Amino acid sequence: MTDTGRSYLHVPEPSFRPGDKPTFDEMIIPKAGAARRPPVDVHPDDIQDLARTIIRVMSSDNEAVGEWAASLSDEEALEGLKDMMRLRTMDARLLRAQRQGKTSFYMQALGEEAVACAFQKALEPGDMNFPTYRQQGLLITSGYPMTSMMNQIFSNSQDPMKGRQLGNLYSSKEHGFFSISGNLATQFVQAVGWAMASAIEGNDRVGVGWIGDGSTAEGDFHAGLVFASTYQPPCVLNIVNNQWAISTYQGIARGNAATFASKGLAFGLPSLRVDGNDYLAVHAVAKWAIERARKRLGPTLIEYVTYREGAHSTSDDPSAYRPKDEADGWPLGDPIERLKGYLIARGVWSEDRYAQMASEIEDEVAAAQRESEAIGTLLEGDKPGPRDMFEDVYEEMPPHLREQLAQSLKEAGEG
Amino acid sequence: MAKKTMIEAIRDAHHIAMEADEKVVVFGEDVGYFGGVFRCTAGLQEKFGKARCFDAPICEGGIVGAAIGMAAYGLRPCIEIQFADYAYPAYDQIVSEAARLRHRSGGQFTAPMVIRMPTGGGIFGGQTHSQSPEALFAHVSGLKTVIPSTPYDAKGLLLASIEDNDPVIFLEPKRLYNGPFDGEHDKSIVPWSKHDDAEVPDGHYTVPLGKAKIVREGKDVTILAYGTMVHVAKKTAEDQGIDAEVIDLRTLVPLDTETIAQSVQKTGRCVVVHEATRTCGYGAELVSIVNELCFWALEAPVERVTGWDTPYPHSQEWDYFPGPKRLGAALNQVMEA
Repeated sequence: MTDTGRSYLHVPEPSFRPGDKPTFDEMIIPKAGAARRPPVDVHPDDIQDLARTIIRVMSSDNEAVGEWAASLSDEEALEGLKDMMRLRTMDARLLRAQRQGKTSFYMQALGEEAVACAFQKALEPGDMNFPTYRQQGLLITSGYPMTSMMNQIFSNSQDPMKGRQLGNLYSSKEHGFFSISGNLATQFVQAVGWAMASAIEGNDRVGVGWIGDGSTAEGDFHAGLVFASTYQPPCVLNIVNNQWAISTYQGIARGNAATFASKGLAFGLPSLRVDGNDYLAVHAVAKWAIERARKRLGPTLIEYVTYREGAHSTSDDPSAYRPKDEADGWPLGDPIERLKGYLIARGVWSEDRYAQMASEIEDEVAAAQRESEAIGTLLEGDKPGPRDMFEDVYEEMPPHLREQLAQSLKEAGEG
Repeated sequence: MAKKTMIEAIRDAHHIAMEADEKVVVFGEDVGYFGGVFRCTAGLQEKFGKARCFDAPICEGGIVGAAIGMAAYGLRPCIEIQFADYAYPAYDQIVSEAARLRHRSGGQFTAPMVIRMPTGGGIFGGQTHSQSPEALFAHVSGLKTVIPSTPYDAKGLLLASIEDNDPVIFLEPKRLYNGPFDGEHDKSIVPWSKHDDAEVPDGHYTVPLGKAKIVREGKDVTILAYGTMVHVAKKTAEDQGIDAEVIDLRTLVPLDTETIAQSVQKTGRCVVVHEATRTCGYGAELVSIVNELCFWALEAPVERVTGWDTPYPHSQEWDYFPGPKRLGAALNQVMEA
């Protein structure tokens, strides 16, 4: 920049805006298999380089290579493919349902399905995720009923959240999925607190914090790192770097100064950066971090490098702030295509079988949607009533809420 | 029965709660080894170990956020924010998280926890060690807000709060920690050892949340007060020779409207008093409730006595504090109407 002789404010800009021809040539992408897999009891200082690389397993020849390979059997990888396909299919159908006015709002995980799906596969029952709104893959993978998710999306009378929450803000204690707030980053330090409780109780249940690239700017992210570093509880802290926080590119959260993973280094946390579109790499790194937690070796910070292919939500239009074809050039590919390619290369799968499975999944998701819509959607059918709004504010309804409930029921003609 | 200061009563409640239930954990800034800057957690770490009472980083959002995670796990954290004035960095965790967890998760996750914090002025603490932010918590659905005025109530209310399954904001009037304070700042401090309300039974007892206490019976006017102002109200009534009924609310949410209504129906007059700033203060809520429930019994407009709508000052502390003079003038006004 020309020295004009006076100070100026540096405001980072993404390389490409609408109308530009996007490339990712500046992104350094190491070869699959290049990163070493250290023993889980490695000293964090000895693996600082893993915070600045990208750990990758699947090669461009669709082979699993290097020390992080072979964490999953073919059957398990196939289950993973199916999980991601179910997630993508459900997202697509619910996006359409929102456009049809059946719900107010939806958020899809398009392009970043591998992160949540593969991570969940490495967890055990009893562990607890503290997710953001784009980790519905955790629920899909843990076997949470798709109709329950849809009942929440439609806020119908079977909505487990009783109409109180936006659709995507799920909650399932049984499936290790903490209630999602909608306020960003709050869950990150809660996950650490949950893991501290696990340690206080002498257990080895693992707490998992999730956060997006943009939200790492929040104080609660730093609070999470401080508490994790100080008390060394059994937790894994996940940063999903999907490049975009609504319209704000990831450079605004850190000015391209360093990787998100490297934020853990000052706290002495083992910090790893992984190809988020590589199902096998995500699973292998997750497994490593969870093993560390379970062996009382402390927390791990992981950055997943991925790309938010869709809009932030149904209320967002990304063509206003990024090139329409930016996703096409994303150099880490598509998580489903890559895992499919790997399984075909292994000889355990084929395009025909893939097409057949896609069709079966489409039927399964459509059936779940029919079942859910038959109960009701946001504007039609059975819905939660005023009483559901007043219950659970407190364990027992205090007098002032009882009075307000009575008034509300009267207004609704139910009193 | 032994007399205790409010600090000793609070410490006693901690010991009893931690002995009774191993799920109770205590942490916050300086609360572990040192036992808290006001000594309310002294001896806990030594007795119960570092895993159940420990120092936290200077990070109120983290302290509350971590406690929410612990509560969701099944523990019952009782945490200290060093001054209520320091709670603001944790406000999001308190308001959007702890308060709403039960509701937003359809009852799957809950946050049974107590957030203790010293509140109020009278100690020359300046802007950031003197505020009374109770209205900011009372305004939030899902929270219970408690404020004791005596050692007896402090112990009983704290035990009830720790045993409660909802998040409780527990405000401790720091000017009352070592002795009752009736607002006459130029007179020497009377210690709790010379006060009847400092009789604190050994062992476990609770003072139920949501129940006010009539601390002085009277026929002519009702004074609604809590925390430090309870003592100011009693003293002012005595000095003015007014037959005032003084109600110590003890819990702001849920509020004991029945006791309030019964009293105002009887007296026909009401003065509402708090240290906090006036505009949108908790007193405004009290005035509304009195008007809703007792309007036709009122002989005079309800008066509000509060701190001024300025930041809490340092050297002008006694110009700010709603002491006997301000309260006395309001009492005269309602009595003359």
